[in-house]
Amino acid sequence: MQFGKKERETVLDPLFNNNPIALQVLGICSALAVTTKMETAFVMCLAVIAVTTCSSLVVSLLRNNIPPSIRIIVQLSVIATFVILTDQILKAYLFEISKQLSVFVGLIITNCIVMGRAEGYAMQNGPYMSALDGFGNGVGYSLVLMVVAFFRELFGSGTLFGMTILAPATSGGWYTTNGLMVLSPGAFFLIGFFIWAVRTWKPEQIEES
Amino acid sequence: MQQFSTKYTYLFSLTLCLICSILLSVAAVALKERQETNQQLDKQKSVLQACRIIKAGDSVTPEKVQELFATITPKVVDLNTDAYAEGVDPEAFAQEDATLMKVPGNEAQLSEVPEQVKIYQVEKDGKVDMLVLPISGKGLWGTLYGFLALSADTTTIRGITYYNHKETPGLGGEVDNPTWKSYWPDRKVYDENWDVAIHVIKGAAESPESDPYSVNGLSGATITSRGVTDMLKFWMGEEGFGPYLKSFRENGSV
Repeated sequence: MQFGKKERETVLDPLFNNNPIALQVLGICSALAVTTKMETAFVMCLAVIAVTTCSSLVVSLLRNNIPPSIRIIVQLSVIATFVILTDQILKAYLFEISKQLSVFVGLIITNCIVMGRAEGYAMQNGPYMSALDGFGNGVGYSLVLMVVAFFRELFGSGTLFGMTILAPATSGGWYTTNGLMVLSPGAFFLIGFFIWAVRTWKPEQIEES
Repeated sequence: MQQFSTKYTYLFSLTLCLICSILLSVAAVALKERQETNQQLDKQKSVLQACRIIKAGDSVTPEKVQELFATITPKVVDLNTDAYAEGVDPEAFAQEDATLMKVPGNEAQLSEVPEQVKIYQVEKDGKVDMLVLPISGKGLWGTLYGFLALSADTTTIRGITYYNHKETPGLGGEVDNPTWKSYWPDRKVYDENWDVAIHVIKGAAESPESDPYSVNGLSGATITSRGVTDMLKFWMGEEGFGPYLKSFRENGSV
């Protein structure tokens, strides 16, 4: 197992060059739902990274034995197994946070990024590269989630990771919290800004209209 | 692409399903105990927070929660007879196992409530000082579950807490906010005719002395605020704990 240029690119590419949210616009649902607080977003990120890495690895290991006629359902079973496993572990060891994440951990199953990587990459490539690719895409997703959660929590609740930065008026401070930020549309605006920023920096990502 | 026979396809999917299900069963069984302990602890913590024995936001060790919780006496109230349930050991009674009964259309928008409800009594100098009653009702996105702590006069509120809800974080989810919860203590549930009077208003309420039946609204969460008012109306009223509280006032905790 070496970690050369190709491997590095597989991991780093999904961060900006081929970000699953910013370029491919996948996985938006959970990006809206779990980003009101950085703490929950962070745990969600870890969960997604774990699931994309493991499922890509396993799908890649099985890739030569999966009958093509049922490959999607096989991928789905593998992904679902890891998602439920993650959910069970969170419920046992991080109960408070799993309460806040509620259904969204379970909904990782339907996150297009995970299946997109299994079908689009792991079915054609070796286990090591697939695991790296899954990991990279998980991190790419996490990057956007953390950026969005940073702004939503800071402006929506005046806190970061639960620590008060801007004392909100509801607790006797001076900062009137921005209600838009805690609602899902706030995340849409932020993701829009994020995509704008990335495409200004890397104009080759702009689609021809 | 390689060709696979139908038989192989069936065998493959069967094997995969078996492996996945065995893996998940093992995980579920192995982690079950820990998960249940977590849920129980969370509920116990919530009871303690309702009567403000521990403050919201304080991190308390599980041992401390259990130690404090052991000082509280559980009781089981039968909502049909409005008295303590007979032949039930309150310590062993699990709320999840209680039989549900249908209730007619009500403010809390609940279709079923348990026949027997576990409540908690906090004693001080040998007398009941606080009653902690479970409350539940619909908010905006789902049912809110919580506890309301009352003084032994059955009308003065000592605290409120929600341990399970699906409200929007930052808006309706502010039912968790310690500041909002701090508006509740010393307000009154019942007016002088013993009708439920407590309600969540829009905007800010006056001090508990001059405005005892109103609680500050949650800004941006009209439906959640209304849900809180409605569930209190239901649980403190005739269908809920009203008759039990009446007999408690008149006869004491017997």
